[in-house]
Amino acid sequence: MVGDIDNQNIELQLLLQAIYLKYGYDFRHYAKASIRRRVEQFMKKENLINFAEAQHKALYEVSFFERLLLELSINVTEMFRDPTFYRSFRQNVVPFLKQQPFLKIWHAGCASGEEVYSIAILLKEEGLYHKTQIYATDMNQVVLNQAKEGIYPLNRLKLYTENYQKAGGKESFSDYYTAHYDHVVMNKSLKENILFSDHNLATDGVFGEMHVIFCRNVLIYFNRELQNRALGLFNDSLINRGILCLGNKESIRFSEHSNLFVDIDKDEKIYAKKISL
Amino acid sequence: MQRKSHYEAIVIGSSAGGINALIKVLSVLPPDFPLPIVIVQHLHPESGNHLSQILKSKSALIVKQADEKEFIRKGGVYLAPPNYHLLIEDDFSFSFSLDAPVNYSRPSIDVLFESAVYAYRQRLIGIILTGANHDGSQGLKKIKEQGGFTMVQDPKTAEADTMPRSAIAATQIDKILPLQEIGIYLLQLVNRKIS
Repeated sequence: MVGDIDNQNIELQLLLQAIYLKYGYDFRHYAKASIRRRVEQFMKKENLINFAEAQHKALYEVSFFERLLLELSINVTEMFRDPTFYRSFRQNVVPFLKQQPFLKIWHAGCASGEEVYSIAILLKEEGLYHKTQIYATDMNQVVLNQAKEGIYPLNRLKLYTENYQKAGGKESFSDYYTAHYDHVVMNKSLKENILFSDHNLATDGVFGEMHVIFCRNVLIYFNRELQNRALGLFNDSLINRGILCLGNKESIRFSEHSNLFVDIDKDEKIYAKKISL
Repeated sequence: MQRKSHYEAIVIGSSAGGINALIKVLSVLPPDFPLPIVIVQHLHPESGNHLSQILKSKSALIVKQADEKEFIRKGGVYLAPPNYHLLIEDDFSFSFSLDAPVNYSRPSIDVLFESAVYAYRQRLIGIILTGANHDGSQGLKKIKEQGGFTMVQDPKTAEADTMPRSAIAATQIDKILPLQEIGIYLLQLVNRKIS
Protein backbone atom coordinates (compact mmCIF):
# COMPACT_ATOMS: atom_id res chain seq x y z
CA MET A 1 0.00 0.00 0.00
CA VAL A 2 1.30 3.38 -0.99
CA GLY A 3 0.11 6.54 0.59
CA ASP A 4 -0.06 8.44 3.76
CA ILE A 5 1.54 6.45 6.54
CA ASP A 6 -0.09 8.46 9.33
CA ASN A 7 -3.54 7.75 7.96
CA GLN A 8 -2.71 4.09 7.54
CA ASN A 9 -1.57 3.92 11.15
CA ILE A 10 -4.87 5.39 12.28
CA GLU A 11 -6.86 2.98 10.12
CA LEU A 12 -4.93 -0.02 11.40
CA GLN A 13 -5.54 1.06 14.99
CA LEU A 14 -9.23 1.46 14.26
CA LEU A 15 -9.40 -1.99 12.69
CA LEU A 16 -7.82 -3.60 15.77
CA GLN A 17 -10.09 -1.58 18.04
CA ALA A 18 -13.15 -2.68 16.05
CA ILE A 19 -12.11 -6.33 16.33
CA TYR A 20 -11.68 -5.94 20.08
CA LEU A 21 -15.01 -4.19 20.61
CA LYS A 22 -16.94 -6.59 18.43
CA TYR A 23 -15.30 -9.95 19.15
CA GLY A 24 -13.17 -9.48 22.29
CA TYR A 25 -9.90 -10.53 20.62
CA ASP A 26 -7.30 -7.99 21.61
CA PHE A 27 -4.52 -7.41 19.08
CA ARG A 28 -4.05 -3.78 20.05
CA HIS A 29 -0.85 -4.50 21.95
CA TYR A 30 0.78 -6.76 19.44
CA ALA A 31 4.09 -5.64 17.93
CA LYS A 32 2.82 -3.26 15.29
CA ALA A 33 5.23 -3.96 12.46
CA SER A 34 4.49 -7.66 12.35
CA ILE A 35 0.73 -7.42 12.83
CA ARG A 36 0.59 -4.79 10.11
CA ARG A 37 2.37 -7.17 7.79
CA ARG A 38 -0.01 -10.01 8.61
CA VAL A 39 -3.07 -7.84 8.02
CA GLU A 40 -1.61 -6.58 4.74
CA GLN A 41 -0.90 -10.15 3.58
CA PHE A 42 -4.46 -11.05 4.37
CA MET A 43 -5.82 -8.02 2.53
CA LYS A 44 -3.84 -8.98 -0.53
CA LYS A 45 -5.47 -12.42 -0.51
CA GLU A 46 -8.89 -10.87 -0.10
CA ASN A 47 -8.27 -8.16 -2.69
CA LEU A 48 -8.78 -5.28 -0.29
CA ILE A 49 -6.92 -2.04 -0.71
CA ASN A 50 -7.14 -0.41 2.70
CA PHE A 51 -7.56 -1.15 6.40
CA ALA A 52 -10.82 0.80 6.54
CA GLU A 53 -12.40 -1.60 4.09
CA ALA A 54 -11.11 -4.51 6.15
CA GLN A 55 -12.62 -2.94 9.25
CA HIS A 56 -16.04 -2.69 7.65
CA LYS A 57 -15.95 -6.29 6.50
CA ALA A 58 -14.67 -7.52 9.84
CA LEU A 59 -17.62 -5.88 11.56
CA TYR A 60 -20.30 -7.05 9.16
CA GLU A 61 -19.07 -10.46 7.95
CA VAL A 62 -18.29 -12.97 10.65
CA SER A 63 -16.74 -15.40 8.17
CA PHE A 64 -14.36 -12.67 7.00
CA PHE A 65 -13.38 -12.00 10.58
CA GLU A 66 -12.77 -15.70 11.20
CA ARG A 67 -10.42 -15.90 8.24
CA LEU A 68 -8.60 -12.80 9.48
CA LEU A 69 -8.36 -14.23 12.99
CA LEU A 70 -6.76 -17.38 11.61
CA GLU A 71 -4.24 -15.31 9.66
CA LEU A 72 -3.41 -13.29 12.77
CA SER A 73 -3.07 -16.22 15.12
CA ILE A 74 -1.37 -18.99 13.19
CA ASN A 75 2.11 -19.58 14.43
CA VAL A 76 4.57 -21.61 12.48
CA THR A 77 5.79 -24.49 14.57
CA GLU A 78 7.39 -27.91 14.30
CA MET A 79 8.06 -30.94 16.47
CA PHE A 80 11.17 -30.66 18.63
CA ARG A 81 11.78 -27.21 17.19
CA ASP A 82 15.26 -26.10 18.34
CA PRO A 83 16.45 -29.58 19.35
CA THR A 84 19.16 -28.20 21.63
CA PHE A 85 16.42 -26.69 23.78
CA TYR A 86 14.93 -30.13 24.40
CA ARG A 87 18.36 -31.55 25.12
CA SER A 88 18.94 -28.88 27.73
CA PHE A 89 15.47 -29.43 29.18
CA ARG A 90 16.25 -33.12 29.67
CA GLN A 91 19.54 -32.30 31.29
CA ASN A 92 18.69 -29.29 33.42
CA VAL A 93 14.98 -29.49 34.20
CA VAL A 94 14.01 -33.16 34.25
CA PRO A 95 15.97 -33.91 37.48
CA PHE A 96 13.92 -31.22 39.28
CA LEU A 97 10.70 -32.63 37.82
CA LYS A 98 11.59 -36.14 39.02
CA GLN A 99 11.53 -34.86 42.61
CA GLN A 100 7.91 -33.71 42.33
CA PRO A 101 5.00 -35.96 43.37
CA PHE A 102 2.94 -34.74 40.41
CA LEU A 103 3.40 -32.23 37.60
CA LYS A 104 1.27 -29.48 36.14
CA ILE A 105 2.53 -28.06 32.88
CA TRP A 106 1.06 -25.17 30.93
CA HIS A 107 1.81 -24.85 27.24
CA ALA A 108 0.67 -21.33 26.41
CA GLY A 109 0.08 -20.50 22.75
CA CYS A 110 0.35 -24.12 21.63
CA ALA A 111 -0.89 -23.40 18.07
CA SER A 112 -1.40 -26.67 16.16
CA GLY A 113 0.18 -28.71 18.95
CA GLU A 114 3.47 -30.01 17.52
CA GLU A 115 5.49 -28.83 20.51
CA VAL A 116 2.94 -30.15 23.01
CA TYR A 117 3.34 -33.65 21.59
CA SER A 118 7.11 -33.18 21.63
CA ILE A 119 7.00 -32.50 25.36
CA ALA A 120 4.60 -35.39 25.94
CA ILE A 121 7.09 -37.71 24.20
CA LEU A 122 10.00 -36.36 26.23
CA LEU A 123 8.09 -36.80 29.49
CA LYS A 124 7.14 -40.37 28.54
CA GLU A 125 10.75 -41.24 27.85
CA GLU A 126 11.80 -39.76 31.19
CA GLY A 127 9.11 -41.72 33.06
CA LEU A 128 7.24 -38.56 34.05
CA TYR A 129 4.19 -38.53 31.82
CA HIS A 130 1.96 -40.70 34.02
CA LYS A 131 2.10 -38.13 36.83
CA THR A 132 1.68 -35.10 34.58
CA GLN A 133 -1.26 -32.94 33.60
CA ILE A 134 -0.55 -30.75 30.57
CA TYR A 135 -2.75 -27.74 29.87
CA ALA A 136 -2.32 -26.76 26.24
CA THR A 137 -3.93 -23.44 25.42
CA ASP A 138 -4.36 -21.18 22.46
CA MET A 139 -6.65 -18.26 21.71
CA ASN A 140 -7.81 -19.72 18.41
CA GLN A 141 -10.33 -22.56 18.44
CA VAL A 142 -9.46 -23.63 14.89
CA VAL A 143 -5.79 -24.34 15.61
CA LEU A 144 -6.72 -25.76 19.01
CA ASN A 145 -8.87 -28.36 17.26
CA GLN A 146 -5.94 -29.23 15.00
CA ALA A 147 -3.80 -29.66 18.10
CA LYS A 148 -6.41 -31.90 19.69
CA GLU A 149 -6.56 -34.09 16.59
CA GLY A 150 -2.80 -34.45 16.41
CA ILE A 151 -2.76 -35.11 12.66
CA TYR A 152 0.24 -33.81 10.72
CA PRO A 153 1.38 -33.95 7.10
CA LEU A 154 3.66 -36.87 6.31
CA ASN A 155 6.10 -34.64 4.41
CA ARG A 156 7.08 -32.91 7.68
CA LEU A 157 8.10 -36.16 9.31
CA LYS A 158 11.62 -36.30 7.95
CA LEU A 159 12.42 -33.01 9.68
CA TYR A 160 10.60 -34.03 12.85
CA THR A 161 12.49 -37.31 13.02
CA GLU A 162 15.83 -35.53 12.61
CA ASN A 163 14.83 -33.03 15.28
CA TYR A 164 13.76 -35.82 17.61
CA GLN A 165 17.12 -37.51 17.27
CA LYS A 166 19.07 -34.28 17.75
CA ALA A 167 16.88 -33.54 20.79
CA GLY A 168 18.17 -36.66 22.52
CA GLY A 169 15.20 -38.93 21.72
CA LYS A 170 15.61 -42.39 23.24
CA GLU A 171 13.31 -44.53 21.12
CA SER A 172 12.36 -44.78 17.50
CA PHE A 173 10.30 -41.71 16.57
CA SER A 174 8.01 -43.81 14.35
CA ASP A 175 6.71 -45.55 17.48
CA TYR A 176 4.78 -42.40 18.35
CA TYR A 177 2.53 -42.13 15.32
CA THR A 178 0.66 -44.12 12.70
CA ALA A 179 1.08 -43.17 9.05
CA HIS A 180 -1.92 -42.96 6.70
CA TYR A 181 -1.37 -41.97 3.05
CA ASP A 182 -0.14 -38.38 3.28
CA HIS A 183 -0.51 -37.76 7.00
CA VAL A 184 0.34 -39.19 10.39
CA VAL A 185 -1.78 -39.49 13.52
CA MET A 186 -0.09 -39.10 16.88
CA ASN A 187 -0.64 -41.97 19.33
CA LYS A 188 -3.66 -41.73 21.59
CA SER A 189 -1.53 -42.54 24.62
CA LEU A 190 0.28 -39.19 24.15
CA LYS A 191 -3.01 -37.31 24.49
CA GLU A 192 -4.26 -38.97 27.68
CA ASN A 193 -2.96 -36.30 30.03
CA ILE A 194 -3.32 -33.27 27.79
CA LEU A 195 -6.22 -30.88 28.25
CA PHE A 196 -6.68 -28.51 25.32
CA SER A 197 -8.45 -25.26 26.07
CA ASP A 198 -9.09 -21.68 25.10
CA HIS A 199 -6.88 -19.03 26.68
CA ASN A 200 -5.85 -15.62 25.47
CA LEU A 201 -2.67 -14.16 26.93
CA ALA A 202 -3.86 -10.66 26.08
CA THR A 203 -7.12 -10.83 28.02
CA ASP A 204 -7.36 -13.93 30.24
CA GLY A 205 -6.00 -14.61 33.72
CA VAL A 206 -3.79 -16.88 35.77
CA PHE A 207 -3.49 -20.67 35.47
CA GLY A 208 -2.66 -21.94 38.96
CA GLU A 209 0.30 -23.75 40.50
CA MET A 210 2.27 -24.78 37.44
CA HIS A 211 5.60 -26.58 37.65
CA VAL A 212 6.55 -25.66 34.10
CA ILE A 213 5.28 -23.12 31.59
CA PHE A 214 6.20 -23.28 27.92
CA CYS A 215 5.54 -20.21 25.85
CA ARG A 216 7.85 -20.34 22.89
CA ASN A 217 7.85 -17.84 20.05
CA VAL A 218 4.63 -16.18 21.12
CA LEU A 219 6.01 -13.17 22.99
CA ILE A 220 7.93 -11.98 19.92
CA TYR A 221 4.57 -10.93 18.47
CA PHE A 222 3.72 -8.77 21.50
CA ASN A 223 4.75 -5.21 22.30
CA ARG A 224 6.61 -4.48 25.54
CA GLU A 225 3.45 -3.79 27.51
CA LEU A 226 1.78 -7.05 26.51
CA GLN A 227 5.00 -8.99 27.03
CA ASN A 228 5.06 -7.66 30.57
CA ARG A 229 1.44 -8.69 31.10
CA ALA A 230 2.14 -12.22 29.89
CA LEU A 231 5.33 -12.58 31.93
CA GLY A 232 3.48 -11.32 35.02
CA LEU A 233 0.82 -13.94 34.35
CA PHE A 234 3.47 -16.64 34.09
CA ASN A 235 5.12 -15.52 37.29
CA ASP A 236 1.79 -15.64 39.13
CA SER A 237 0.99 -19.07 37.67
CA LEU A 238 4.26 -20.77 38.63
CA ILE A 239 5.13 -22.48 41.91
CA ASN A 240 8.34 -21.37 43.62
CA ARG A 241 11.28 -22.56 41.53
CA GLY A 242 8.85 -23.36 38.71
CA ILE A 243 10.33 -23.36 35.22
CA LEU A 244 9.63 -20.91 32.41
CA CYS A 245 10.70 -21.80 28.85
CA LEU A 246 10.68 -19.10 26.21
CA GLY A 247 11.62 -19.11 22.51
CA ASN A 248 15.17 -18.94 21.28
CA LYS A 249 15.16 -15.20 20.62
CA GLU A 250 12.91 -14.22 23.49
CA SER A 251 14.30 -12.91 26.70
CA ILE A 252 13.04 -11.58 30.00
CA ARG A 253 16.07 -9.30 30.08
CA PHE A 254 14.22 -6.21 28.82
CA SER A 255 11.10 -6.84 30.89
CA GLU A 256 10.08 -5.45 34.26
CA HIS A 257 9.88 -9.04 35.56
CA SER A 258 13.50 -9.94 34.81
CA ASN A 259 14.46 -9.85 38.51
CA LEU A 260 11.82 -12.45 39.42
CA PHE A 261 13.59 -15.24 37.53
CA VAL A 262 17.04 -16.83 37.51
CA ASP A 263 18.76 -18.38 34.49
CA ILE A 264 18.76 -22.15 34.21
CA ASP A 265 20.11 -22.14 30.66
CA LYS A 266 20.68 -18.66 29.32
CA ASP A 267 21.18 -19.72 25.70
CA GLU A 268 18.11 -21.92 25.57
CA LYS A 269 15.98 -19.37 27.44
CA ILE A 270 15.09 -21.62 30.35
CA TYR A 271 14.38 -19.73 33.59
CA ALA A 272 13.31 -20.62 37.13
CA LYS A 273 11.05 -18.50 39.30
CA LYS A 274 12.84 -17.16 42.34
CA ILE A 275 11.50 -18.25 45.70
CA SER A 276 9.12 -15.63 47.02
CA LEU A 277 7.90 -15.74 50.60
CA MET B 1 22.16 27.60 9.76
CA GLN B 2 23.69 24.37 8.60
CA ARG B 3 22.53 20.93 9.58
CA LYS B 4 23.57 17.38 8.83
CA SER B 5 21.92 15.22 6.24
CA HIS B 6 18.35 14.38 7.09
CA TYR B 7 18.86 10.62 6.88
CA GLU B 8 18.46 8.66 10.10
CA ALA B 9 19.09 5.05 9.19
CA ILE B 10 20.52 2.73 6.54
CA VAL B 11 19.10 -0.66 5.65
CA ILE B 12 21.11 -3.13 3.59
CA GLY B 13 20.03 -6.35 1.92
CA SER B 14 22.48 -8.93 0.62
CA SER B 15 22.46 -12.58 -0.32
CA ALA B 16 24.84 -14.79 -2.33
CA GLY B 17 28.31 -13.23 -2.14
CA GLY B 18 27.02 -10.82 0.48
CA ILE B 19 29.51 -11.45 3.24
CA ASN B 20 32.46 -10.21 1.18
CA ALA B 21 30.37 -7.32 -0.09
CA LEU B 22 29.34 -6.30 3.43
CA ILE B 23 32.96 -6.39 4.55
CA LYS B 24 33.89 -4.04 1.70
CA VAL B 25 31.14 -1.57 2.60
CA LEU B 26 31.52 -1.64 6.38
CA SER B 27 35.31 -1.58 6.52
CA VAL B 28 35.32 1.93 5.02
CA LEU B 29 33.11 3.45 7.71
CA PRO B 30 34.77 5.17 10.71
CA PRO B 31 33.85 4.47 14.35
CA ASP B 32 31.94 7.75 14.58
CA PHE B 33 29.71 6.99 11.61
CA PRO B 34 26.49 8.69 12.70
CA LEU B 35 23.73 6.42 11.35
CA PRO B 36 22.57 3.00 12.46
CA ILE B 37 22.86 0.28 9.80
CA VAL B 38 20.46 -2.64 9.80
CA ILE B 39 21.34 -5.62 7.62
CA VAL B 40 19.57 -8.67 6.29
CA GLN B 41 22.07 -11.14 4.86
CA HIS B 42 20.45 -14.41 3.75
CA LEU B 43 21.94 -17.23 5.79
CA HIS B 44 21.48 -20.86 6.54
CA PRO B 45 18.88 -21.16 9.35
CA GLU B 46 21.40 -22.78 11.70
CA SER B 47 24.34 -20.50 11.04
CA GLY B 48 24.30 -18.98 14.52
CA ASN B 49 26.25 -15.87 15.31
CA HIS B 50 29.17 -16.28 12.89
CA LEU B 51 28.36 -13.43 10.55
CA SER B 52 28.47 -10.81 13.29
CA GLN B 53 31.82 -12.22 14.46
CA ILE B 54 33.25 -11.92 10.96
CA LEU B 55 31.93 -8.42 10.35
CA LYS B 56 32.92 -7.24 13.80
CA SER B 57 36.53 -8.13 13.08
CA LYS B 58 36.46 -6.17 9.82
CA SER B 59 34.66 -3.04 10.96
CA ALA B 60 35.38 -0.13 13.28
CA LEU B 61 31.71 0.01 14.18
CA ILE B 62 29.86 -1.95 16.85
CA VAL B 63 28.45 -4.94 14.96
CA LYS B 64 25.95 -7.23 16.65
CA GLN B 65 23.04 -9.51 16.03
CA ALA B 66 19.83 -7.60 16.76
CA ASP B 67 17.98 -8.51 19.96
CA GLU B 68 14.22 -8.68 20.25
CA LYS B 69 12.87 -5.30 21.56
CA GLU B 70 16.36 -3.76 21.51
CA PHE B 71 16.41 -0.04 20.73
CA ILE B 72 18.38 1.00 17.67
CA ARG B 73 21.33 3.22 18.50
CA LYS B 74 23.22 5.62 16.30
CA GLY B 75 26.34 4.10 14.85
CA GLY B 76 25.32 0.53 15.64
CA VAL B 77 25.40 -2.15 12.96
CA TYR B 78 22.64 -4.72 13.49
CA LEU B 79 22.25 -8.06 11.77
CA ALA B 80 19.06 -10.07 11.40
CA PRO B 81 19.32 -13.37 13.28
CA PRO B 82 19.21 -16.48 11.09
CA ASN B 83 15.74 -17.95 10.57
CA TYR B 84 13.76 -14.93 11.86
CA HIS B 85 12.30 -11.97 10.04
CA LEU B 86 13.65 -8.73 11.47
CA LEU B 87 11.32 -5.74 11.65
CA ILE B 88 11.67 -2.18 12.90
CA GLU B 89 8.91 -0.73 15.08
CA ASP B 90 7.77 2.90 15.14
CA ASP B 91 9.69 3.48 18.38
CA PHE B 92 12.89 2.38 16.59
CA SER B 93 13.18 -0.93 18.36
CA PHE B 94 13.39 -4.37 16.76
CA SER B 95 10.74 -7.00 16.61
CA PHE B 96 11.06 -10.51 15.20
CA SER B 97 8.66 -12.80 13.44
CA LEU B 98 8.60 -16.44 12.44
CA ASP B 99 6.03 -15.87 9.72
CA ALA B 100 6.48 -17.83 6.52
CA PRO B 101 9.54 -17.07 4.38
CA VAL B 102 9.13 -14.22 1.89
CA ASN B 103 10.86 -14.72 -1.48
CA TYR B 104 11.94 -18.09 -0.06
CA SER B 105 13.87 -16.15 2.56
CA ARG B 106 13.70 -15.74 6.32
CA PRO B 107 14.99 -13.24 7.21
CA SER B 108 13.59 -11.42 4.20
CA ILE B 109 15.00 -8.12 2.94
CA ASP B 110 11.54 -6.96 1.84
CA VAL B 111 10.15 -7.49 5.34
CA LEU B 112 12.92 -5.43 6.93
CA PHE B 113 12.80 -2.66 4.33
CA GLU B 114 9.01 -2.27 4.42
CA SER B 115 8.92 -2.03 8.21
CA ALA B 116 11.85 0.41 8.11
CA VAL B 117 9.90 2.65 5.73
CA TYR B 118 7.01 2.88 8.19
CA ALA B 119 9.40 3.79 10.99
CA TYR B 120 11.81 6.16 9.18
CA ARG B 121 9.75 7.25 6.13
CA GLN B 122 11.82 9.55 3.88
CA ARG B 123 14.73 9.58 6.33
CA LEU B 124 15.91 6.17 5.16
CA ILE B 125 18.67 4.94 2.87
CA GLY B 126 18.13 1.50 1.31
CA ILE B 127 20.90 -0.51 -0.34
CA ILE B 128 20.72 -3.75 -2.32
CA LEU B 129 23.95 -5.67 -2.76
CA THR B 130 24.85 -8.92 -4.51
CA GLY B 131 22.39 -11.82 -4.50
CA ALA B 132 20.86 -14.57 -6.58
CA ASN B 133 17.15 -13.95 -5.98
CA HIS B 134 14.61 -11.14 -6.06
CA ASP B 135 14.28 -10.32 -2.38
CA GLY B 136 14.51 -6.62 -1.53
CA SER B 137 13.12 -5.20 -4.76
CA GLN B 138 9.66 -4.50 -3.35
CA GLY B 139 11.11 -3.06 -0.18
CA LEU B 140 13.42 -0.75 -2.09
CA LYS B 141 10.47 0.38 -4.17
CA LYS B 142 8.61 1.35 -0.99
CA ILE B 143 11.62 3.31 0.22
CA LYS B 144 11.61 5.26 -3.04
CA GLU B 145 7.85 5.84 -2.92
CA GLN B 146 8.16 7.42 0.52
CA GLY B 147 10.99 9.67 -0.59
CA GLY B 148 13.94 7.76 0.83
CA PHE B 149 17.29 7.26 -0.91
CA THR B 150 17.88 4.11 -2.96
CA MET B 151 21.23 2.57 -3.81
CA VAL B 152 22.18 -0.61 -5.63
CA GLN B 153 25.50 -2.31 -6.17
CA ASP B 154 26.47 -2.14 -9.84
CA PRO B 155 25.46 -5.61 -11.11
CA LYS B 156 28.74 -5.81 -13.04
CA THR B 157 30.62 -5.80 -9.74
CA ALA B 158 28.29 -8.27 -8.02
CA GLU B 159 29.17 -11.89 -7.38
CA ALA B 160 25.52 -12.65 -8.17
CA ASP B 161 23.75 -10.01 -10.23
CA THR B 162 20.10 -11.15 -10.05
CA MET B 163 19.22 -9.22 -6.92
CA PRO B 164 20.72 -5.87 -7.97
CA ARG B 165 19.23 -6.22 -11.46
CA SER B 166 15.83 -7.04 -10.01
CA ALA B 167 16.00 -3.96 -7.76
CA ILE B 168 17.00 -1.72 -10.66
CA ALA B 169 14.06 -3.02 -12.69
CA ALA B 170 11.61 -2.51 -9.80
CA THR B 171 12.06 1.17 -9.04
CA GLN B 172 14.01 4.33 -9.63
CA ILE B 173 17.49 4.02 -8.17
CA ASP B 174 19.22 7.16 -6.93
CA LYS B 175 22.72 5.74 -7.15
CA ILE B 176 24.18 2.65 -8.79
CA LEU B 177 27.77 2.17 -7.69
CA PRO B 178 30.59 -0.35 -7.94
CA LEU B 179 30.98 -2.21 -4.68
CA GLN B 180 34.19 -0.48 -3.56
CA GLU B 181 32.60 2.98 -3.87
CA ILE B 182 29.47 2.35 -1.80
CA GLY B 183 31.03 2.92 1.63
CA ILE B 184 32.75 6.13 0.55
CA TYR B 185 29.56 7.42 -1.02
CA LEU B 186 27.66 6.73 2.20
CA LEU B 187 30.16 8.84 4.07
CA GLN B 188 29.61 11.73 1.68
CA LEU B 189 25.86 11.30 1.80
CA VAL B 190 25.53 11.44 5.57
CA ASN B 191 28.10 14.18 6.05
CA ARG B 192 26.64 16.43 3.38
CA LYS B 193 25.63 19.74 4.81
CA ILE B 194 22.24 21.12 3.88
CA SER B 195 21.77 24.84 4.29
